[in-house]
Amino acid sequence: MPHRDVMHGSRAVAEAVKLCDVKVIAAYPITPQTHIVEDIAEMLANGEFDAEYIMVESEHSAMSACIGASATGARTFTATASQGLALMHEVLWIASGMRLPIVMVNANRALSAPINIWNDQSDSIAERDSGWVQLYVETCQEALDSVIQAYRIAEHQDVLLPVMVCMDGFVLTHTVEPVEVPDKEQVRRYLPELRLPHALDPEHPVTMGSLGDPNYYMECRKQQEIAMEHALRVAEEADEEFRRVFGRGYGILEEYNMQDAEVVLVTMGSVAGTIKETIDMLGSDVGLLRLRMFRPFPKEAVRRALRNAKVVNVIEKDVSMGFGEGALMTELKSVLYGSDIRILGTVAGLGGRDITTEHVRQAIERAERALRGERVEEVAWAGLKEEAL
Amino acid sequence: MKEIRFHGRGGQGAVTAADLLAMAAFFDGKYSQAFPSFGTERRGAPVTAFARISDRFIRLRSQIYEPDYIVVQDPSLLEVIDVAAGLKSTGKALINTEKSEIKLNTEAEVHTINATRIALDVLGVPIVNTAMIGAFAALTGEVSLESVIKAVRRRFPEKLAERNVRAVEVAYEEMEAKL
Repeated sequence: MPHRDVMHGSRAVAEAVKLCDVKVIAAYPITPQTHIVEDIAEMLANGEFDAEYIMVESEHSAMSACIGASATGARTFTATASQGLALMHEVLWIASGMRLPIVMVNANRALSAPINIWNDQSDSIAERDSGWVQLYVETCQEALDSVIQAYRIAEHQDVLLPVMVCMDGFVLTHTVEPVEVPDKEQVRRYLPELRLPHALDPEHPVTMGSLGDPNYYMECRKQQEIAMEHALRVAEEADEEFRRVFGRGYGILEEYNMQDAEVVLVTMGSVAGTIKETIDMLGSDVGLLRLRMFRPFPKEAVRRALRNAKVVNVIEKDVSMGFGEGALMTELKSVLYGSDIRILGTVAGLGGRDITTEHVRQAIERAERALRGERVEEVAWAGLKEEAL
Repeated sequence: MKEIRFHGRGGQGAVTAADLLAMAAFFDGKYSQAFPSFGTERRGAPVTAFARISDRFIRLRSQIYEPDYIVVQDPSLLEVIDVAAGLKSTGKALINTEKSEIKLNTEAEVHTINATRIALDVLGVPIVNTAMIGAFAALTGEVSLESVIKAVRRRFPEKLAERNVRAVEVAYEEMEAKL
């Protein structure tokens, strides 16, 4: 039976890993991911489920161990954050290039220097081109549910790509809130056993990840791109099926208060909650579009959702240095190329700077001024201490 | 929605106190949320933690700037930070101190409890979080004593849990007697 409980976001992720019958976990602890891998270790020590837990000396090794394990056809899991994800960078491409359905939770955290353990999304955004499917979640419940969905997406025969579930470090990992833990049998039915068509088999030896010379390399990449296109449809189906089985779903994007909204805020992750609260508090007719999926980018769905919008303000926890704006803003411009929608950006919450309802109100106000034809800053940094620059 | 801000020092369990409060509210059938101020937790350093209690799922994830209640676990913090900053005038402050009266920069009610003595008597260590939650339950009625005890039993291993349950009960009774 599913049961409602109250727990940290990290615990919710560990519960999902247990429910998914993961066979191999390889991980290296890093704040704010630590509780996830500690809770999994505790569950294994208590005999709550059975899996191989590989202690490694770095995140590079963690991902490498997952690649080896996944290549044998075992369901694998790891989790990391920030510098850990950056250290994995090289092997991320190998996981996706070898078409291995590894699932990883990234507890979004800022990158050094200066050293900062707090939340932003620069770490996973920097890996957007690595061939991983990326999901961003708003709540602890969605983190749990997305890990289950992630395996279904990753292991689909039309996809076979690794999936990164991005949850805001501390803001979700260290938050205690109510979570419904699904029933194990229901999860088993939703998530059939992994059948990796190219799994290593001593009876039928193959070489994986070998040289792809100029005659073949491009075809490999094109196949990955095709798999990414499939992932869009598969993710939508996986979410619809999840809703049928478990009674809740999220879509690949979420539209809030979008009815006839001329001003729309766009964001990813947990700050969507604060934005919804602000919209309701102000009684505002501003809409919110929350992208749950960043890779593959749901271009058509975004265009459809924004068809009536006149001004968009993208609130995001990352900035592409040297381009003066966040990656999501740039991508929205690309997706909406040729439309008359005015696109503004708000860089917020870098390195864990609290994003308040006041910051959201200011972002709304700036967009509304733009709607009235006033001159406004194209990109603003929320809560910036100008005097400290 | 009720918003509660905890002030403590690293090692006193302020983060756990917020967690316990959120758990207790959940056991009471409410929605709740607790999170730390995400400091690098060093023993002795000022620590802030937050909790929210509501009848609906709590979407807001910013820190708490205008709390309904503040819980101060260490009286020495009063000289270091403005613990009452933003405290609603209709709110309440709960301070751990041996003094019977404390002056705070607020229009809100200020209540005191000698949680350090309770913790030393019952637990043998000056970790006051469970006593403070017991006193908070008695002072505010925002969570039931039963649910606080349930949260403590869930959070700590058995032996430690029973001693902490006692700390909760003693603080609850002392606070109740003062009201």
